[in-house]
Amino acid sequence: MARVVVDVMLKPEILDPQGQAVQRALPRLGYQGISDVRQGKRFELEVEGPVDEAVLARVREMAETFLANTVIENFTVRVEDAAEAASEPKAEGVAP
Amino acid sequence: MTTRIGVVTFPGSLDDRDAQRAVRLAGGEAVPLWHRDTNLHQVDAVILPGGFSYGDYLRCGAIARFSPVMETVIEQAKAGMPVLGICNGFQVLCESHLLPGALTRNDHLHFICRDQKLRVENAATAWTSDYAGGQEITVPLKNGEGGYVADERTLDELEAEGRVVFRYLDVNPNGSRRDIAGVTNAAGNVVGLMPHPEHAVEPLTGPTTDGLGFFTSVLKKLVTA
Repeated sequence: MARVVVDVMLKPEILDPQGQAVQRALPRLGYQGISDVRQGKRFELEVEGPVDEAVLARVREMAETFLANTVIENFTVRVEDAAEAASEPKAEGVAP
Repeated sequence: MTTRIGVVTFPGSLDDRDAQRAVRLAGGEAVPLWHRDTNLHQVDAVILPGGFSYGDYLRCGAIARFSPVMETVIEQAKAGMPVLGICNGFQVLCESHLLPGALTRNDHLHFICRDQKLRVENAATAWTSDYAGGQEITVPLKNGEGGYVADERTLDELEAEGRVVFRYLDVNPNGSRRDIAGVTNAAGNVVGLMPHPEHAVEPLTGPTTDGLGFFTSVLKKLVTA
């Protein structure tokens, strides 16, 4: 099964008060040097069957009409390759 | 024959009862509509009430916009039927592209609940004809995502065409661009606003009765139509 990832971000010109609140909290928590934070949404779609151009076109249509509000948000669609997917559990939860 | 005004209930709607009550107090017949209805039961106008339709999942109003009832409401709104969106209803109208722009998280991130002074900027819409242009009214405001945004070109267009229907007075409660509290479509039959006129229709429960004019406006329009 292939995974298609849709990332949705507020357009640069739209104020992101949630991202700002996160950014303001960072110095207090000891994280210096982060000048800006923007918060977005990530959708992971598990696709049945092969992901071809037709499937991607449908996903873009879905993102355009439903997952994102293109009045205020941009989106990107990408296929997550198997290697990336496999490495993910390892990256997660690793303590510094 | 009394004028029939539909009030849609989505899962998560909160203010549908108050909207129905406001319609009755203004002298109309309130017709409850369910989100699964595709038939609008011969109503002459529709109100989309406040609340948290479908839990506000994804984005406020984003899922309600694709509900069966909205298919018919969108079609009828484009044909000229008066539609009023209050708070979450305004968000649904923006998500439906019946109104331009979008509502985003309040700039200060707090949920606000207060009596809000507004100026009626356009008294020629289906829902504001009982007001005088420039009239100041006070109605409750309660939301977490009420910041009105649109690109500069759209904002300029709205201003030039008189489509800003309400503006916040004294204080901008949520970071809305140009203090915009409500807008209308080009035809003036679709109006959306964040504040709640349906909570200001009786002296016992409202801060004023300033909200009643919305409902008497549309009833008058429909009777003379």
